[in-house]
Amino acid sequence: MNEWAIIWANLILILAIVFAFSAMLSWIERRLLGLWQDRYGPNRVGPFGVLQIVADSIKLLTKEDWIPPFADRAVFVLAPAIVAVTTLLAFAVVPIAPGIGVVDLNIGLLFFLAMSSLGVYSIVLGGWASNSKYSLLGGLRAAAQMLSYEVFMGLALMGVVMLADSFNLRDIVAAQENLWFCVPQILGLATFAVAGIAEARRLPFDLPESENELVAGFHTEYSSMKFGLFFIGEYVGITLISAMIVTLFFGGWLGPLLPPLVWFLLKTFIVVACFVLLRAALPRPRYDQLMAYGWKVMLPVTLVNLLITGAVVLSTA
Amino acid sequence: MWNSLKTMWIVFLHMFRRRVTIQYPDEKPNIPPRWRGRIILSRDPDGEERCVACYLCAAACPVDCIALQATEDEHGRRYPEFFRINFSRCIFCGYCEEACPTDAIQLTPDFEMGEYNRKNLVYEKEDLLIDGTGKYPGYNFYRVAGATIGGKNKGEAENEAPPVDPHSLLP
Amino acid sequence: MEATFYLSGAVAVAATLMVITRASAVHALLYLIVSLLAVAIIFFVLGAPFVAALEVIIYAGAVMVLFVFVIMMLNLGKAAAVKEREWLSPGMWVGPSILSALLLAELIYILVQNVQDMQGAYGGAPISSGVVVDSKEVGIALFGPYLLGVELASLLLLAGLVGACHLGWHTEPRFGSHSASRSDGAGS
Repeated sequence: MNEWAIIWANLILILAIVFAFSAMLSWIERRLLGLWQDRYGPNRVGPFGVLQIVADSIKLLTKEDWIPPFADRAVFVLAPAIVAVTTLLAFAVVPIAPGIGVVDLNIGLLFFLAMSSLGVYSIVLGGWASNSKYSLLGGLRAAAQMLSYEVFMGLALMGVVMLADSFNLRDIVAAQENLWFCVPQILGLATFAVAGIAEARRLPFDLPESENELVAGFHTEYSSMKFGLFFIGEYVGITLISAMIVTLFFGGWLGPLLPPLVWFLLKTFIVVACFVLLRAALPRPRYDQLMAYGWKVMLPVTLVNLLITGAVVLSTA
Repeated sequence: MWNSLKTMWIVFLHMFRRRVTIQYPDEKPNIPPRWRGRIILSRDPDGEERCVACYLCAAACPVDCIALQATEDEHGRRYPEFFRINFSRCIFCGYCEEACPTDAIQLTPDFEMGEYNRKNLVYEKEDLLIDGTGKYPGYNFYRVAGATIGGKNKGEAENEAPPVDPHSLLP
Repeated sequence: MEATFYLSGAVAVAATLMVITRASAVHALLYLIVSLLAVAIIFFVLGAPFVAALEVIIYAGAVMVLFVFVIMMLNLGKAAAVKEREWLSPGMWVGPSILSALLLAELIYILVQNVQDMQGAYGGAPISSGVVVDSKEVGIALFGPYLLGVELASLLLLAGLVGACHLGWHTEPRFGSHSASRSDGAGS
């Protein structure tokens, strides 16, 4: 009985934290972008504009929930749910702090990769079901982009797996007791960060929705809370990728003085801020540049990283 | 790659710059005096209407938002019977001001004209007419023009020579 | 555990039936994805989490995305759905389904026999035996007794890679030299 209570408390708490953080992220992002572009960002609703997300969600919830008559209804409704479900499911394996976390899965890392690869369907099917040119183009781009970047996303993590000797995320964090993996796995970190941005469809890799050529890409036809789900999914995705980077390369909850939970949240926030900085600073590449970058630069780099890590592990073992 | 990192660093340094935003409703922006905002009709220094209802502004207006009707008072001075500007059509191009021969119609730095009802954007003469001279103090059209109106005959205007007598042979 | 096995098995069978009977290609693919996910859960329940994860990553996450991608490119409309529906007339499927039903019956018979044998041998439940095969054991098996198979598979992948490289090779000269050669042709 007590065990179940702990599990449920964990579950609800983590869900609440993830949702609250992801919701606040839209405000944090806009404020940070403002800061870096010499302006304010939303500062009207509530103190410093923190209630902006409340205003936004009221707006989204009260808008007309429009399904275009030319759309494939069933798939159109299904698509936005997939992105929210897969990103939230992936959060189940993230070890937030000792004793805090939903499941301690033996194949936690693979589960994360599986969920992030299923997330593609949301975009692709959403783009297809909308039955409009812009959405279809966005969906096609998403399919090719995420498929390409998924390949070395997994490969980039194999170096970490080799060093930690486990797919279990808690073991991986424990293996960084002496040295964070961002030092020996600097190449892995760089490639995983790039792949993570591409998987979360964030600028500069937001080609599926690039608003100045495709209106809004795959979610052109979406409105109201269905659009809201895509929106939430994107922010939960950023949080997820940041949490994974922290777990795999920056020692997760490890850190002196402060309690583990605070360390984890602090590190995650810093990584999220770096993502926002990327968005503020870099322009969007052309589509062929994106694909060439993925296959011709990132994939060889991950393979070289894998080779070196393997050699070092073998020689020291 | 190096370029991208440098860009990110430069953008990061912008954190310590002053913000350029002016918090508009709380803090009014400094608008230059030649701003093309709300249109007014000015009066000459004697307090009379400057407008002589010549229709040049209405002719110059590219969106046809100015409507007026000329009339005369008992002294022969022309003035508009009504003068109407539909600000829901006006594009604030300032052509009317350029066309005006008497400096009567002028654009001001006021731009806060929002209305909930579109009909309220049609300004009549009483809404347009101000008590002062606007941008051109001291200018009085009828004092420099040759036209005869009540109290001023030909040749009595400023810098105007007396009228030539055509019946005289003297130079 | 046993309940989840039978439940996901039922889901897999039902989803696969839907794959065959759907007229719209994308709907059929969606059911196929559900079927693959159900199979992954079966693997997980059977104590092979590594295979389950790979099933989701590779089949559901990558191969099926490519399928959906291709179907999106084909732009199948209402006409294709109507044609599919015509093909689903009883005349088309009765013959093959009788034959495959016979095979299915045989398979079930053999399985039942086997289960009885196994129950006779071990005296326990045949599924969810509690033995978890983790990634390390899979790796040892792959690079131990099945090394030849892994090498052959990698050779196949290499062949695919070389083939793709060959197909994508630019044999034509690039834009600049292309226009130069054209002007040469005009001059001669």
